[in-house]
Amino acid sequence: MAERNIPMREALRAALREEMIRDERVFVMGQEVGAWEGTHKVTRGFLDEFGARRVRDTPISEMAIVGAAVGAAMAGLRPVAEIMTINFAFLAFDALINHAAKARYMFDGQFKVPMVLRAATGWGNQATATHSHTPEPIFAHFPGLYLGCPSTPADAKGMLKAAIRDDNPVLFTEVIALYPKPGLVPDDPDFVLPIGKGDIKRAGKDVTIVSYGRGVEWSLEAAEILAREGVSCEVIDVRWLRPLDLPLIFESFKKTNRCVVVEESLPFYSFGSEIAAQLQEHMFDYMDAPIKRVSAMDVPLPYAKEIELMALPDAHKVVAAVKEIL
Amino acid sequence: MSELTKTTLTRAELVEAYHQMVLIRRFEEKCKELYNARKIGGVYMHLYSGQEATGVGAVKALKPTDHVITSYRDHGIAIAKGSDVKRLMAEMLGKRTGVSGGKGGSMHLADVSVRMWGGYAIVGGHLPLAAGIALKSKYSNDGDVVLCFVGDGATNNGYFHEALNLSAVWDLPVVWLIENNLYGMGTPVEVASGQPELHKRAIAYGMQDFGRVDGMDFFAVYEVAQQAVEYARTTGPALIEAITYRYEGHGVSDRIYMKRVEEMRAYQQRDPLLIMEKKLRELFPDIAPELAQVESAAAAAIEEAVRFAEESPVPTAEDLVRNVYA
Ligand SMILES: Cc1ncc(C[n+]2csc(CCOP(=O)(O)OP(=O)(O)O)c2C)c(N)n1
Ligand SMILES: [Mg+2]
Repeated sequence: MAERNIPMREALRAALREEMIRDERVFVMGQEVGAWEGTHKVTRGFLDEFGARRVRDTPISEMAIVGAAVGAAMAGLRPVAEIMTINFAFLAFDALINHAAKARYMFDGQFKVPMVLRAATGWGNQATATHSHTPEPIFAHFPGLYLGCPSTPADAKGMLKAAIRDDNPVLFTEVIALYPKPGLVPDDPDFVLPIGKGDIKRAGKDVTIVSYGRGVEWSLEAAEILAREGVSCEVIDVRWLRPLDLPLIFESFKKTNRCVVVEESLPFYSFGSEIAAQLQEHMFDYMDAPIKRVSAMDVPLPYAKEIELMALPDAHKVVAAVKEIL
Repeated sequence: MSELTKTTLTRAELVEAYHQMVLIRRFEEKCKELYNARKIGGVYMHLYSGQEATGVGAVKALKPTDHVITSYRDHGIAIAKGSDVKRLMAEMLGKRTGVSGGKGGSMHLADVSVRMWGGYAIVGGHLPLAAGIALKSKYSNDGDVVLCFVGDGATNNGYFHEALNLSAVWDLPVVWLIENNLYGMGTPVEVASGQPELHKRAIAYGMQDFGRVDGMDFFAVYEVAQQAVEYARTTGPALIEAITYRYEGHGVSDRIYMKRVEEMRAYQQRDPLLIMEKKLRELFPDIAPELAQVESAAAAAIEEAVRFAEESPVPTAEDLVRNVYA
């Protein structure tokens, strides 16, 4: 099957477009998705191709965007709603958590909520405290909602398609820094990567590095540096924070007996905390060293570049963490 | 021009108001230049050029102890309230000497020494804060009014509804000034708002509606703001809608606005600086030397501000962790 080298934003665009062609119930709604063609240009050309019925610009009303997507999904449509950046999803938190995630359970399965909420995520670039959140773990806390965050263009396409085709609500976050990065993506319109399946992005035997989203890039960079020093790292991209591919992590850990968790977000009550807890609970007998976490510093993000960079994780911090547990 | 205006502002005060408007314009021009030269960083910078008469006209109706609060489009409001352009420019460059210590950046300028409570980058987020500041004034019988600037786009999220209603039921001393610059990002007001005459929102809350005013005309804004501020001080919340225009696109990444050539030209012919200069010349035929003085003083102030900002130190690792908690 043919493949093309395209940036992640184009891979997402292809996934969305193909699903809209395949299923008339799929439509997009959000701020600036139409005439502006999406803040990150993922819906470029959509208004012309699909028209205003299926490409719906909304007011700056996050609560209504998510709540209306829930209602439309309950009633039988398959909305792909967009929150411009995840920072603004806090305004829609209630609709997402109390309704998208719980409506099916609460009414004991009388209806489904087949919606996707896309949101750009990630910090850096001096976006400052209110615009620099990477809060996936907060949203992954709640049962009833799936959460995916791709690290490559191919994953982006396959995962977004899976999210749209699934009958459950999915929060799908897209790392802003990764939108322009290219990668090989299958043209196949049925290229679907199953929800909840992680991926080994680099095989190795000495240390398991577990990450997702932008952390995968730092982990691979670190693995490359460490390889030159004779240390072999296995890099696991979980892809989905919920459902989480624990078997994949456990299998790797049985082999390496060491683990570093890399995440872009904050350290307290975090992705890293969860992985560390799962490993000590289920893999205690295989554990040769403490689980290390590389995350952002426990502060809001400042504007000034010099101190912003101090707070961010990077490949060198991953290398240092690996060396601490060798 | 009305008798009211003639009698309430002296010639010196009018020249000072004009000076502030010129200072804002030059500040914004310099920011654009420094952003393009990558001396101002980040991805978010929203300029106030074109809206000077609205900001300065409204703030001039306040006492020094009255409060202002606004959105991320905050440079002009900070200058109008009397914040030092040196420290504002230092903030733009992410320096320690900036009004927000280099941590806030363009979108988060606060200078509480002049009762400018800040720019807030979550659309609508500052509205309930304005209500709370007004509550303090009422609670303690301070007699101070809060002037809250509201974007047209911000009238469509829950914050707007909840904050305005609260201010009405508690008779809070707040003036809601909607700066209708015709767009929220790329979305025209009539696409985002069921009732595009935004001042009519007052009716829904049983609030005093001060109507629509020409936001390009300092004198018109000043006059209605004075009435609204007086009303807020003695009676309760007031709402004004100023029709204005931004010359520079939504933010630095906006490329769409440049297509609106005709509209831009029409508004630039009614440029707030031109209108005010013309009226000043009519009122005071011998004012030419003072106007020339305003231009050179503004240019000198901006030059000095840039020098101060460039020579200032960057924040340190200690600054990164300072003020997370009190
Ligand atoms: C809650 C929230 N949603 C979306 C955004 C992204 N955003 C920033 S400014 C803006 C447009 C706001 O328009 P308006 O209120 O008219 O103010 P203007 O920029 O015209 O001054 C949008 C959608 C945001 N910052 N916060
Ligand atoms: Mg606007």
